[in-house]
Amino acid sequence: MTETEKNGRILSERHLLGVAGLSVPEIAALLDLAEDYVGLNRRTDKKLSTLRGRTQINLFFEPSTRTQSSFELAGKRLGADVMNMSVKGSSVSKGETLLDTAMTLNAMHPDLLVIRHQHSGAAELLAQKVSCAVINAGDGRHEHPTQALLDALTIRRRKGRLENLVVAICGDVLHSRVARSNITLLQKMGAHVRLVAPSSLMPPDAARLVPEVFTDMQEGLRDADVVMMLRLQMERMNGAFIPSTREYYRFYGLDEEKLRLAKPDALVMHPGPMNRGVEIASSIADGPQSVIREQVEMGVAVRMAVLDALARNLGTEGDGS
Amino acid sequence: MSPVTGLAGDPRRRAFVNARLVDPATGMDGPGGVLIESGRIVASGPGVTEADTRGADEVIDCAGRLLFPGIVDMRVFTGEPGNEYRETLKSASRAAAAGGVTTMIVMPDTDPVVDEPALVDFLLRRARDTAVVRVAPMAAITRGLKGEHMSEIGLLQEAGAVALTDGRKSVASSRVLRRAMAYARDFDMLVAQHVEDADLACGGVMNEGELSARLGLPGIPRQAEVIMLERDIRLVELTGARYHAAQISCAESLEVVRRAREAGLPVTCGVSINHLTLNENDIGAYRTFFKLSPPLRREEDRAALAAGLAEGLIDVIVSSHDPQSADTKRLPFAEAEAGAIGLETLFSAALSLYHSGEVPLERLIAALSTTPARLLGLEGGSLAPGQPADFAIADPHLSWTVTPERLHSLSKNTCFEDRVFEGRVVHTVVAGRTVFTYD
Repeated sequence: MTETEKNGRILSERHLLGVAGLSVPEIAALLDLAEDYVGLNRRTDKKLSTLRGRTQINLFFEPSTRTQSSFELAGKRLGADVMNMSVKGSSVSKGETLLDTAMTLNAMHPDLLVIRHQHSGAAELLAQKVSCAVINAGDGRHEHPTQALLDALTIRRRKGRLENLVVAICGDVLHSRVARSNITLLQKMGAHVRLVAPSSLMPPDAARLVPEVFTDMQEGLRDADVVMMLRLQMERMNGAFIPSTREYYRFYGLDEEKLRLAKPDALVMHPGPMNRGVEIASSIADGPQSVIREQVEMGVAVRMAVLDALARNLGTEGDGS
Repeated sequence: MSPVTGLAGDPRRRAFVNARLVDPATGMDGPGGVLIESGRIVASGPGVTEADTRGADEVIDCAGRLLFPGIVDMRVFTGEPGNEYRETLKSASRAAAAGGVTTMIVMPDTDPVVDEPALVDFLLRRARDTAVVRVAPMAAITRGLKGEHMSEIGLLQEAGAVALTDGRKSVASSRVLRRAMAYARDFDMLVAQHVEDADLACGGVMNEGELSARLGLPGIPRQAEVIMLERDIRLVELTGARYHAAQISCAESLEVVRRAREAGLPVTCGVSINHLTLNENDIGAYRTFFKLSPPLRREEDRAALAAGLAEGLIDVIVSSHDPQSADTKRLPFAEAEAGAIGLETLFSAALSLYHSGEVPLERLIAALSTTPARLLGLEGGSLAPGQPADFAIADPHLSWTVTPERLHSLSKNTCFEDRVFEGRVVHTVVAGRTVFTYD
């Protein structure tokens, strides 16, 4: 079995709460490990026994088809027992607090707890109270570390590197955890990150987060190697943060005219789910520069790598299994 | 600089000679002439004379009268679309021409509200087909002027809107205005606000003070204006948007503006000609034509505003032309609509401040023409060669009496009925074409 040969420690921390806590060698090692899993996932027999006996609970306080199924598949391919707990109909919607839920779940002795929550800092809070490894699958506007890792893997495979690439992150930066995790991770890895958004969707003091901030998309896309579009949430359209979807598409939607300003071989990315005709034209989303479907594929591989790496730490702690 | 759309230039080469040119944009003030062709100024200054008309098709002798860049009136309400019986773009433009106003900036408070690119397009087409002066619309900051959702600022700008305003209303929600201002800043769109805390002003119909107490009318405290202005300036600080207080009415507001200027914020302000030349005492026996918004204030406020204008603290003078008819004005004071017409009397009333020695002529013309054109990014507001041939000629000493029936507006709610003015516009040129002569 190959996995026994490469079970060395990758991560220094017990949890993956954000990319902010990852060092450059840790990120590189996670991406390398994920690279191996990409190969595995393309085989007919995708099943490993790396996490046999381990219990993984996916605790999703926010609905998510893509991330939840990606984590579920990743755990199952590694041989873990995976349980999905979505909040609808559970005790949480009957008024139980986050910590009560956590303590209840903890009593069931899970090894890996994947959490998605609508409030920033929820994963951190949970990690303080449970004895298993916690993986942040998105907390409020704060972090979505596995998304940033899968984006980095996608870029690295296509471009061969991350250093010195110009990455334009465009759209609703203000509310986006995807943007925050990507800003941190890509800059750690030596990329030049730009933010492109109307001022009403730009975080305060954005210029302190990245060196280049643009409110004009045409300028922001100039000579970019990667164009990373963000999803615009429905409740932020129609006059609240932007005037209307048609106006947003006119000035901030990625269409052929705007994409032409980026480098000819620029990658087009989107974390999904997409609003076609709002933040991105269909012809671009399905076009030759789009790597949006590849991002989904990389998602499973990256989550396998994360689960694997965190489980190794559990093992070295000698939990008696 | 975007051209104001709507009017084709007069191709003829015409010389206006023997005038006193006053052009704050170039600092010119002295004898000279203006040579125009194809709707633009070809030459201006002391070199354009009767002896040297440089092959003009027509020579007009100005007989020593004032010649100044046409007025850009930043606050004009019409009834089109929706209340055409009160005023159309056509009738308002005739009043404008008679008053030396060569560009009317029309407000979005129409029915329907101008909060939609197609309506901007409609207005510009109607103006092109019916109006004799240039027309440029301001569009709504919020949809339906409701103060809840920002309008399509970028698309409205592309359609031809020159600035944003909710017209007679203030955007009450700080959150909504903050986001709209942040967004408007990206498009370098001026946000013009009616500065009044509607909640504090609620129910008030005139300035709050001794006179309102004597008349038994509910008052609007000056603080209603100051509070809104102070808040807005904090939002300018937060967003960096270019902000214009559409009309200020009291001395305290001047101090607020002064502080914002000193802090280097992009804040400008306007004042209506009514607040510069009238005060609350003009209301007399409940005369509803003097019911305005903001209300006419005390004489010391009027004097402070005139001083603020002379000093340069006030940037813009507007007519705040607001046609109302008998159905909205012939009512008990509290029930009557606010507003007065003013396009045709604007310049004459402004001249009264010059005659009284309160404001220099150059300052008046800068506030009527040069500065509004600059704030809105419009061509004009100057007699420099290359500029559109938009100007007016005025006889500063011609005596005339305001007779409502003779005014060009469809509505006759003037504050200056039977007033004898010293000085008026006698000739107005838009895009090289004479659109008004006084006889």
